[in-house]
Amino acid sequence: MGERLSIKTERDEQQLFNSRAIVAGLIVLIALSGIMTGLYFLQVKEHDTYTELSKQNYQKHIPRAPTRGQIYDRNGAKLADNHAQYVLEVVWDSVPDQNDDGRKRWDDMQMMLERLNKIVPLSEKDLRIFGQQVNRRSRYQPTPLKENLTEQEMAMFAVNKSRFPGVNLERRMQRYYPLGTVASHVIGYVGRIDDRDLERLDKNNYAGTSHIGKIGVEAAHEDRLHGQAGYDLAEVDAHGRHQDMIERKEAVGGQDLILGLDINLQLKAEALLKGERGAVVAIDPRNGEVLAMASVPTFDPNLFVDGISSKIYTELRDDPDRPLYNRALQGAYPPGSTVKPMNTMAGLYEKVIWPGKTVYDPGFFQIPGHKHRYRCWKKSGHGGVSMDYAIAQSCDTFFYDMAYRMGVDKFSGYMSLFGFGKKTGIDLTSESDGLMPTPEWKQRRYKQVWYPGDTVNIGIGQGYWLATPIQLAHATASVAMRGKRIRPHVLRAFRTAKDKPEQILEPEVIAQIPARDKRHWEMVVQGMVHVVHASYGTAKRVGLGAPYTIAGKTGTAQVFGIAQNARYDASRLAKRLHDHALFVGFAPADNPQIAVSVIVENGGGGSSTAAPIARKVMDAYLLKKYDDEASTEASGEVEPADIVPQVEGADE
Amino acid sequence: MISGLLPASLLKMLQRVDLVMLAALSLLMFMGLVTLYSASDAEMTLVYRQGVHFSLGLVLMLLFSQVEGKTLRQFAIWLYGIGVVLLILVLMVGVIKKGAQRWLYLGIDVQPAEMMKLAVPMMVAYYFSEKPLPPRFIDIIIALILVAVPMLLIMKQPDLGTALLIALSGLFVIYLAGMSWWLIGGAVAALAIAAPLMFNYGMHDYQRQRILTLFDPESDLLGTGYHIYQSKIAIGSGGVYGKGWLHGDQSHLDFLPERHTDFIFAVFGEEFGFLGNLLLVGLYVFIIWRGLYIASKGADTFSRLLAGSLSLTFFIYLLVNTGMVSGVLPVVGIPLPLVSYGGTSVVTLMSAFGIIMGMKKRKRNYQTDE
Repeated sequence: MGERLSIKTERDEQQLFNSRAIVAGLIVLIALSGIMTGLYFLQVKEHDTYTELSKQNYQKHIPRAPTRGQIYDRNGAKLADNHAQYVLEVVWDSVPDQNDDGRKRWDDMQMMLERLNKIVPLSEKDLRIFGQQVNRRSRYQPTPLKENLTEQEMAMFAVNKSRFPGVNLERRMQRYYPLGTVASHVIGYVGRIDDRDLERLDKNNYAGTSHIGKIGVEAAHEDRLHGQAGYDLAEVDAHGRHQDMIERKEAVGGQDLILGLDINLQLKAEALLKGERGAVVAIDPRNGEVLAMASVPTFDPNLFVDGISSKIYTELRDDPDRPLYNRALQGAYPPGSTVKPMNTMAGLYEKVIWPGKTVYDPGFFQIPGHKHRYRCWKKSGHGGVSMDYAIAQSCDTFFYDMAYRMGVDKFSGYMSLFGFGKKTGIDLTSESDGLMPTPEWKQRRYKQVWYPGDTVNIGIGQGYWLATPIQLAHATASVAMRGKRIRPHVLRAFRTAKDKPEQILEPEVIAQIPARDKRHWEMVVQGMVHVVHASYGTAKRVGLGAPYTIAGKTGTAQVFGIAQNARYDASRLAKRLHDHALFVGFAPADNPQIAVSVIVENGGGGSSTAAPIARKVMDAYLLKKYDDEASTEASGEVEPADIVPQVEGADE
Repeated sequence: MISGLLPASLLKMLQRVDLVMLAALSLLMFMGLVTLYSASDAEMTLVYRQGVHFSLGLVLMLLFSQVEGKTLRQFAIWLYGIGVVLLILVLMVGVIKKGAQRWLYLGIDVQPAEMMKLAVPMMVAYYFSEKPLPPRFIDIIIALILVAVPMLLIMKQPDLGTALLIALSGLFVIYLAGMSWWLIGGAVAALAIAAPLMFNYGMHDYQRQRILTLFDPESDLLGTGYHIYQSKIAIGSGGVYGKGWLHGDQSHLDFLPERHTDFIFAVFGEEFGFLGNLLLVGLYVFIIWRGLYIASKGADTFSRLLAGSLSLTFFIYLLVNTGMVSGVLPVVGIPLPLVSYGGTSVVTLMSAFGIIMGMKKRKRNYQTDE
């Protein structure tokens, strides 16, 4: 190649390169402007967002759990308390190298645990749970190793503490129920927070809390009992190590709750049911406060606080007497004759009966044009029966006839006004609805039409009708209040702190049950008084010697059907097939202070088994006779042959 | 006079150094040390060590700046050949660290890919310096093969970041040599079509994940996303003026991963803010432009192409690193040049700057040639 060409080429190549370099320089500028634009968005536009994120990163709220409120009965007896318990915790990062290999590993932890085991015995279970938990947590966070240290273990550890860096003794509050099994269905219990709890609770407020109310007052009044969590705002690094405290907000303890329960009355009720399966509910009709709510058998809520062992839980769950089941709220029983006073109000309201009306009882009732006989419990029949006599004698025929003529719609409609078929709305968990049957319900449930015979049966509280003891007590209290329905509730009062005054909750009036004539209430109450105090009353024995007037009604709910003309022979039947014994009542009749419902499963007759229990509950409350064993023995033994057994509403 | 105290030969050597470039580089290195000091929680250990790396780098820069293009080009083919052989050896008998086979044990562990960062642009520049420019199509193809062989070997290790840098350093030479815009346009279009295929079939799962994470870093906060998420928080919370030197919560409380090395830009951004970033990136732009300027004053085609390519490769370091740390580009392990802690990259980069300086046409030679 010639010299000129080379020079020309050289010049061209130089120019080519220069143009390429200039374009490249521009591309560099554009690309980096792109980066700067990105940075502009991060640092200028979205600066606030990232500042917030940065704070969330390094500022950690370390929760301070509030102290759970305590629970008392109406007289100040403590029902739920908090006990300090001591826990050994280990911070892995602070456990020193044990075998001097320059590394802190699991074998160092194990060597430390072995040494510690000689001071404070560690169970296999402790070690297993610790092993699982320690791997899930940050090495800088404490992991519990052993809970519930005894005084001796605490002392032993305290003396040797310097030998175990990274192991700390921490104080925790644990729920404790000093009365054990007493009123456990009402008080309920707390248990460890589980996944289902997590879904509904306010995570911030529970961040430092391990337990939550599971049933009973503990669950229903969780919001009051729990309190407001506080926090320490601390600066932490990426590993969760605390650097500096920035701010502290103290926790606000939960409210102390004062229940309407009279624990002595509760004890009495539970004692009266001892050995049986049943429930007693006592309400102050004037304000709806639940004075006693016994469901027997019962259980020890303390078992649940720290995680019940699956063996004990299985035993409780599979016990045929079902101790975990709150019969007072969850048990739905045919109310039997206990609802006849309310039925009477319905009949009066719907003008199917009137005060002067009598019905002839030949010992059975027949739907016109049908052969089937709906038997009265008294085979020979009551003859001419007035309204008052029908209640006092619990004459089935009178009520068969009344319900039949009223029709199911009016009947169920009026009974719903007493709260049957609906939760009372008591401030406790897992209340059952019971069942106030209607034709629509039967169609939905059984795909069958409603027969007139169905109406006849519910006329005496049988058939499909199911009521809970709390519904019965509530309805009875409503009768006592002459139609004024006040929502039953267990929480009487609360206080925000020990030194603060109690604030008593206002009773909630649900409704006034309508009556054609206000005097009808007095007539029905009079009938109930006659049940207990008249010579012809079905429960006349329990009224003996009472210094106050009781208005009551016995009931016997059939557990299985008895064929037409068959005889009921309690002695020959297995206990589980015996009738349920029921009683409802209130006293004093003219100035009601207590309304009671009693059910004894397979207890036989209402007047023989349930009524005496109600009487003793009333005595205990009204006369402060809490532990009069003599009277308990005296009034319970007689079984009036002409009254029991009652067999009611045999339907086929 | 200080010059009087220095040996005459050293003074002569210093004349070959581009003082403007050296000043800019020194300022950058100073900013690097200041940031590193903060990133290591006011500990001097790493700062001292990085100081040693810088010193070594400056010596290498001084030495390389003495080498003329026509001397260097004689080594291109040898350096490239040996490099390729070593890369093959790496794949056969290399040392495996952190799941990648990148090192070769030759008394000490060495990383042949690092050498290729210089050898590949040298080789391609050498090839074009023998050919008429703008390059013919066949020459471009051959140049591409020269680039592809080491690139594929390094991708196999796998080391996506280095493979990318090496491929680009070669492509920059082809671009600067004057490859037609039509062809460049066609190649970009082809790449756009090939990229999805590459993504689906040509990548390791972790590489694919990094790209996916880019679009939604919050989706994978415990994995790859954590790095990006935390560095975005660091930079974003820095704001316009920054939290101040030694006051970056993100870095001092250990939330920023790799904060001495690949993510040091986030430390800088958190403490010095948008204005600091503007200054830092501005300084980089100045250095790159100065490099391109020196390249345009190159003695011959080889010198120009090599210096130009090395300058632009430096730009790629910056772009990929800042893009990654600010969450604009995928996580690729490329350090922030001369700021991230690490001896290897300092040594390579400073050698490259020495080479760039050496490519400048010498006045003495110019005169004799005329």
